[in-house]
Amino acid sequence: MTRALFLIVLLLAASLPAHAQDAFLDALAGLAGGFTQQAEAAERLGAGGDPRALPVLRALADGRLLKRPDNTLLIRADAGVTEAATGAAADAAGAEPVRINNRVRVALRGAIGRLALVSPDAAERAAAAEAVYRTRSAENIPLLEAALARESVPRIRDQMALALAASRLVAADATVQRQGIAALAGAGTEGARALLLEARNATPALGPEIDAALVSLDRVIAVKRAAETLYQGLSLGSVLLLAALGLAVTFGVMGVINMAHGEFVMLGAYATVVVQDACRGIPWLEPWSLPLAVPAAFLVAGLAGAMLERGLIRHLYGRPLETLLMTFGVGMILQQAVRLAFGAQNREVISPAWMMGTLELPGGLMVTQNRLWVIVFSLVVLGLTIAAIRFTRFGLEMRAVTQNRRIAATMGIRTGRVDALTFAFGSGIAGMAGVALSQIDNVSPNLGTGYIIDSFMVVVFGGVGSLAGTLVGALSLGVVNKLLEPYAGAVLAKVAVLVGLMLFIQRKPRGLFPQKGRAAG
Amino acid sequence: MSATIATPTPSRLRLGLRAATIAVILLLALMPVLNRLPADHALHISDFVVSITGKWICYAILALAIDLAWGYAGLLSLGHGAFFALGGYAIGMHLMRLIGPRGVYGHPVLPDFMVFLGYTDLPIFWWGFQSFPYALFMALFVPGVLAGVVGFLAFRSRITGVYFSIITQAMTYALMLAFFRNDMGFGGNNGFTDFKELLGMPLNAGGTRAALFYASLATLVGTYFLCAWITRSKLGRVLIAVRDAESRVRFLGYSVTQAKLFVFVLSAMISGLAGALYVPQVGIINPGEFSPGNSIEAVIWVAVGGRGTLIGAALGAFSVNAMKTWLTTIAPDLWLFALGGLFVAVTLLLPKGLLGLLRGRRS
Repeated sequence: MTRALFLIVLLLAASLPAHAQDAFLDALAGLAGGFTQQAEAAERLGAGGDPRALPVLRALADGRLLKRPDNTLLIRADAGVTEAATGAAADAAGAEPVRINNRVRVALRGAIGRLALVSPDAAERAAAAEAVYRTRSAENIPLLEAALARESVPRIRDQMALALAASRLVAADATVQRQGIAALAGAGTEGARALLLEARNATPALGPEIDAALVSLDRVIAVKRAAETLYQGLSLGSVLLLAALGLAVTFGVMGVINMAHGEFVMLGAYATVVVQDACRGIPWLEPWSLPLAVPAAFLVAGLAGAMLERGLIRHLYGRPLETLLMTFGVGMILQQAVRLAFGAQNREVISPAWMMGTLELPGGLMVTQNRLWVIVFSLVVLGLTIAAIRFTRFGLEMRAVTQNRRIAATMGIRTGRVDALTFAFGSGIAGMAGVALSQIDNVSPNLGTGYIIDSFMVVVFGGVGSLAGTLVGALSLGVVNKLLEPYAGAVLAKVAVLVGLMLFIQRKPRGLFPQKGRAAG
Repeated sequence: MSATIATPTPSRLRLGLRAATIAVILLLALMPVLNRLPADHALHISDFVVSITGKWICYAILALAIDLAWGYAGLLSLGHGAFFALGGYAIGMHLMRLIGPRGVYGHPVLPDFMVFLGYTDLPIFWWGFQSFPYALFMALFVPGVLAGVVGFLAFRSRITGVYFSIITQAMTYALMLAFFRNDMGFGGNNGFTDFKELLGMPLNAGGTRAALFYASLATLVGTYFLCAWITRSKLGRVLIAVRDAESRVRFLGYSVTQAKLFVFVLSAMISGLAGALYVPQVGIINPGEFSPGNSIEAVIWVAVGGRGTLIGAALGAFSVNAMKTWLTTIAPDLWLFALGGLFVAVTLLLPKGLLGLLRGRRS
């Protein structure tokens, strides 16, 4: 009894795969027949969903499928010849390539596409979704539905959903077509728009529904565009924020106008280049050269700032115009020195792998990772700067000296030392901005000149002496710039922003966040 | 800040300077004549020297304009290069119109770059530039209007000091970006060149060059007398007072805004005239002239010579540019170090410039 039961279970267990295998082998045998048989076999293999069918069909499409006189099929690959049915190594002697015609080719393409939809390889699935989307046939609907249910990668899911909607659009059944239209209405891509326009011409009966779908689709596209513009604006704004933050300390808090500020940014970028060169060839250090460059750039630019303040600027306190001219000269010298030391051509800074690539947010929004890192970095630097000014002994002394130098001195604060440290601090922040800029801009000796005017604008716009103003000023200038760009072009947008700023200063000469009280003088 | 108000009784230094200035002007006036001497003559001056001196004379006019605004009224403009370039562009447009059908494309009206960019009609703002008086008027008018608008907005809201400097720098920066665009109708980054003639005289002829040289020299002398007259007038004294104690002047009932606006607009117009004289001599104008670096370099001429002294401004323009020509030929890499060094040295060690040094020696 137990033996009989065991036998039945064994038989049942064996029969399931055996049945599937039979279907595969049956269809496979068809490939050795005439063209009509071949096409039928290809379709059956495609519908069967057996992963073993994919290499066979590919081999046939590429002319690498061989046939022995006894109709055994062989696959020729770079590694050698194998039997199509079993995968065992085989001898190619006496075998000839299997010939196909165009009808078979079309069937093969469809079958390969369907099989690839469920392939274990993500790239293959993505390519298959794209291929199915292009062929657009109602027959693919069940396959796509099945594949979509199994799919876990969001990007491929979106692609498959689009392909499914496209396939539904060409279905004979109006309800299925409506499903497709509804799906496309929310897709929010130009591709979906083109599909809908095409469908409107093909099926006039559904015209009103398609028009309604187009309206909601355009709304989705507009929202997506706005989000993209906002992201680009925030990205530009964060760069401006980094460049202006140091200036907010030296110019805003200390009142020293430093035209060499852009060159400190440039020094930071070159510090990044040097650190990266030093890390090259040490495999475990290479990916971390950028984080290492941050303190290095801070120190280099900070030291240069301290030297500039102690050596030169100190003698010109109270003479802002002279300070402006003198620091401009220093900037010139720094630029030329770097040009001679590193060459005038651009230096490349390689982004580490963990910063590269694009991040896809839900809804198909593409976000470049290195720009995201710059945004995060700028906010961290802003937070650290505020914390340093608010909560440290140095910050306290700094505020005391800027508010009332004499009283601070009588309280025992060494004002000269505080001046030097504050200036070094602001310059160091500029150096850190250089690290971030090296990721998104060319590192060249005149890297800083492009940012210095914008940075001053940010500080003046936000309100001299206010770090919150610098944040708001930088981000809003960045966003406004990017908002204007599609209408006016990059250059005119910049011009318009400059003109707008001049007019803004008319109404609020002290910026968005004016200082109040005695310090405002 | 010690004011350099003209004293009624001329000192010996002043008399000496005056004599030296007259001597230099006479020497300059002789240069095109000496240029005509045969090449092997001991006193012969090469074409190169004459043409570069002609350029420097234009720079000296620009320096006078900057000095008028900065040295006397305390308005440090970092955008005077824009006025200079606008004047140059105005005369450049005239020169482009005069090329006529002799351009590469042979179009009877449109300059080459417009044919290349697919223009069919002359843009409205190019109308009238075939007339020399109109172009010359525009070379003064456009910088004047720009300075009027920027100055009005800035002075009205009492933007002073470095803020004014940065705004003027932003102004020239914005203009540079705008003029680099092809669709502005000003030739994009190539600007204008290949000029043929001016007032019926071919530009490359020796006589035309001499005429331009004398026109520049006469303008320099005329500008000097105009500035000297203004600075010695009551208005000039108000300007100096504004520079040294703006609020006090305001409280005394003078209109600081109007005084500043007047001097800024006048200064911009003089710069435009300098640019208009400069472009026919160098034969090219492009958006690079708007670069903020040019403007700030012009400021350092004034600082080196001695701001607040008109002779000093012109002297600075000549001496810094002579040094630039000399250094860029023998050691091009060093020039930017030298220029940067000048900025530092003048502001720290020589706040009154070369003329201040002379004065200091005497007292």
